[in-house]
Amino acid sequence: MLKTIGKKYGFYIVIVLFWLLMTLLGNAGMLTSHFSSLLVPMTYYAIAAVALNLCVGILGELSIGHAGFMCIGAFSGAIFSLLTKEVLPGGLRFFLAFVVGIAFAALFGFLIGIPVLRLKGDYLAIVTLAFGEIIKNVLQAVYLGVDAQGVHLSLDMTTFRMEPDGLTLIKGAQGVSGTPRNSSFTVGIIVLLLTLFLVHHLMDSRDGRAIMAIRDNRIAAEATGIHVTRYKMLAFTISAAIAGAAGVLFSHNVTTMTNISNYFNYNASIMLLVYVVLGGIGNINGSVIAAMILYLLPELMRGLNRYRMLIYAIVLILMMLVNWAPGVQERRRRLKAFLKTRLTRAGKEA
Amino acid sequence: MKKRVLAMILTTALSALTLAGCGGGGSSTTGGSAAPATSGGGTAAAGGSFKIGAIGPMTGDGAAYGLAVVNGSKLAVDEINAAGGVNGFMLEHKGEDDELNNEKSMNAYNTLKDWGMQILVGPTTSGCTIAVSDLAHEDSMFLLTPSGTAVDCVKYDNAFRVCFSDPAQGTESAKYMAEKGIGSKYAVIYDSSDPYSSGIYESFNAEAAAQGLEIVSAEAFTSDSNKDFSVQLQKAKEGGADLVFLPIYYNQASLILKQAADMDYHPVFFGCDGMDGILTVENFDTSLTEGLILMTPFSADATDDLTVNFVKKYQEQFGEVPNQFAADAYDGVYAIKAAIEKKNLTPDMSTEKICKGLMEAFPEITISGLTSSSLSWDASGEPNKEPRIFAIEGGKYIVQ
Repeated sequence: MLKTIGKKYGFYIVIVLFWLLMTLLGNAGMLTSHFSSLLVPMTYYAIAAVALNLCVGILGELSIGHAGFMCIGAFSGAIFSLLTKEVLPGGLRFFLAFVVGIAFAALFGFLIGIPVLRLKGDYLAIVTLAFGEIIKNVLQAVYLGVDAQGVHLSLDMTTFRMEPDGLTLIKGAQGVSGTPRNSSFTVGIIVLLLTLFLVHHLMDSRDGRAIMAIRDNRIAAEATGIHVTRYKMLAFTISAAIAGAAGVLFSHNVTTMTNISNYFNYNASIMLLVYVVLGGIGNINGSVIAAMILYLLPELMRGLNRYRMLIYAIVLILMMLVNWAPGVQERRRRLKAFLKTRLTRAGKEA
Repeated sequence: MKKRVLAMILTTALSALTLAGCGGGGSSTTGGSAAPATSGGGTAAAGGSFKIGAIGPMTGDGAAYGLAVVNGSKLAVDEINAAGGVNGFMLEHKGEDDELNNEKSMNAYNTLKDWGMQILVGPTTSGCTIAVSDLAHEDSMFLLTPSGTAVDCVKYDNAFRVCFSDPAQGTESAKYMAEKGIGSKYAVIYDSSDPYSSGIYESFNAEAAAQGLEIVSAEAFTSDSNKDFSVQLQKAKEGGADLVFLPIYYNQASLILKQAADMDYHPVFFGCDGMDGILTVENFDTSLTEGLILMTPFSADATDDLTVNFVKKYQEQFGEVPNQFAADAYDGVYAIKAAIEKKNLTPDMSTEKICKGLMEAFPEITISGLTSSSLSWDASGEPNKEPRIFAIEGGKYIVQ
C-alpha cells in the first residue's frame, strides 16, 4: 500500500518538500535575493517543459512552436490583468488571468492543431515552428488599445490613434508593460503540481492510453477503432493550454514584455525541447528536474563571468552524454549492479 | 526501484542547489540585503566604499553595448578612486550580464543586490531597464541608465538617464532636417520589432507632420529579416526620396548603405545614436559612409582633453575605441560622484537614504562630461543637453 502511494505520489511529495525548504529558508532570510528570484522562472519553465513533453513524449509529435503558445498565454493573461487592474482584487484577478490565458492558448492550440496534425514527423515539426514564429511576429507588430470609443487594433502605428484617457495594451515592439507582479514561488508550485496531476492522470486514463497507442502504432490504433484525429487534437490542445498557464506565470513575473523575440522565438522553443530531451522523452517528472537544473545552471555560474555561456554549452553536451549515450548508460547500469551486489553482500555480512 | 533512484538523484540535486543558494548568501557581506525587503535593503558595505553595479548584455547579440557600459563605468570608477575617491570614500564596481533579456536582467539586478550594490548604473537597453526599474523602485535603489532610451525607462522618480529618450531623438532629428533644409522628400527604414527603432520612428513621424516634411515611404523590417533591404530601398528610390532616415543600429545600417550603393541609389542617410559604431564594422567599405549624418552624443575623434584622455585610457585598458554607450556610462558615474558630493552622502547610509539623496541632488547638479559640456537633469529623470549632430567626412565625425 505504502509502496504504491510512494510510487504514485513520491514526486509530488518531493516537490512539496522542496517548496517547504525554499519557503522556510526564504523566510529565515537565508536565500540570496538572486536565488529567490530564480525560483519563479524555474517553476514556469518546468511547467512549459511538461506541456511540451505531453506533445513530444506522450503524443509522439515533435513540436518546436511551444514558445508560441506560452506567448499567447502570457499576452492574453497580461492584457486581462491590465484591463481589470482597478476593478478586481488581486487574488481573484490572477486566478481569472489564468483562466483567460489557458483558454486562449487552448483555443489557438486547437485552431493550429487542425492543419498541423494532418502532418507527421519532420513536416509537423516545421509547421509548428512556422506557427510559433507567426504568433510571435504578429504580437510584435500589433497595436491594441481601449478607450471611450471602443477597441482599437492596428498593425501600423501611424494610424493608431487613441483618446488621451485610453489604455494602450499592446504597443507594437514596445510590448506590454505594467502587468502586476502577482507570480510567486508558491503559486508557481501549485500550478506545477496541478499540471503534473493532470498529465499523470491523463496518461493513466482511457484517453491517455489511446493517445499512447497512436504514438506507438498509428495503424494498429486506428484498426482497433481509436479516433486518431480526436485524440491527437485532445493531447495537442491540452499541451498548448498548459504552456499557456506557464505563459501567464511568466507575464506576471517579468511584468514588462518588450523585445519578445528573446523569450518566444524558436530558440526558446528549442530550449524547452532541450529540457524535454534531457529529462527523458515521455518522462514527465524528468522534464521538471531537467528544466529546473538547466535554468539554474547558467545563473549559478555567474561567477565565471563571460565564460559561463561557453561552459554552459559544454555542460549541456556532457549531461546529454552521461544521460543518454548508450555506452555510458551501459557503464552506469553495470556500476549500479555492482553497487547493488556489494550492498546486499555487506547487508548479509552485517 | 527506478523511482527510488530518481528520488535519490532528485534529493541530491535539490540539496546541492540549496547549498549553492546558501553559499551565495554566505559569501555576501551584507546579511541585510539577502533578507526580504522589509529589512531596509543593503545596509552599510564594509570599509566605507560606495558599491556601484552595472548591468548590460555582455554575451550574445548586444554584447558590444553591454561591455561598453560595464567598461566605461569601470574606467570612471578607477579614475575617481585613483584621484582620491568621492569625499574620501572609494567606489567599488561590479558588472553583470543580462544577455539582452528582461528576465535575466532582473536576475542580474538581484545578483548585484546580494553583492551589496547601493547605486545602479544600468541596465544598458530599454526593455531591461523598464523591467529592472520595477524592482529598483520597490527597493528604493537609485537607477541611472546610460542608454535606456524608451520613455518608460524613467517612469519612476528614482530612475534617471544619461541619453536622450526615443521621442526626443525622433523629434530633434525631424526638427534638424526642417531647420537645415536637408532633403526634400524623406524615406524611413526602421525595425518594427525593436522598441528603440519603432519608438524613434513614432515621434519622428509626428514631428515630420508638424514640420511639413514629406515622407514618401516608411518601410519596416524585423529582427528575423534584417539582411536584405532591397525592397525597402527600392520603394524609397521609386518615391524619389533624397534623404533616408535610419533610426536603427549600425550593423543593419551598414548593410543598407552597401545595398543602396549596389543599386546606384545615393540619398543622404541620417541616423540616430544607434548609428554610432558604423565605422567599426568589419569587412565594410567605410567610404560608403561619406556624408552620413548622425545624431549621437559622443565622438571618439573629438579633440578636447577629456575625450582624448578617455579614448586613450579606454583603448589601453580594453583594446577598443569606445562608443557612445561607454561615454554615457562614464558620464553617469561622474554625475553620481557630483551628486554624492552635493549632498555629502556616505556609504554607511541605507540604500533608501542614498537613493533619496541622489534623487534630490540630480536636478541640482550640472556636470561637464564626454557627451555634453553642460549636462543637467529634470526631476522627471530626463537629461538636459544640446543635441549633437555629426557628419562623416573622410572616415571621421565632423561636428555640424
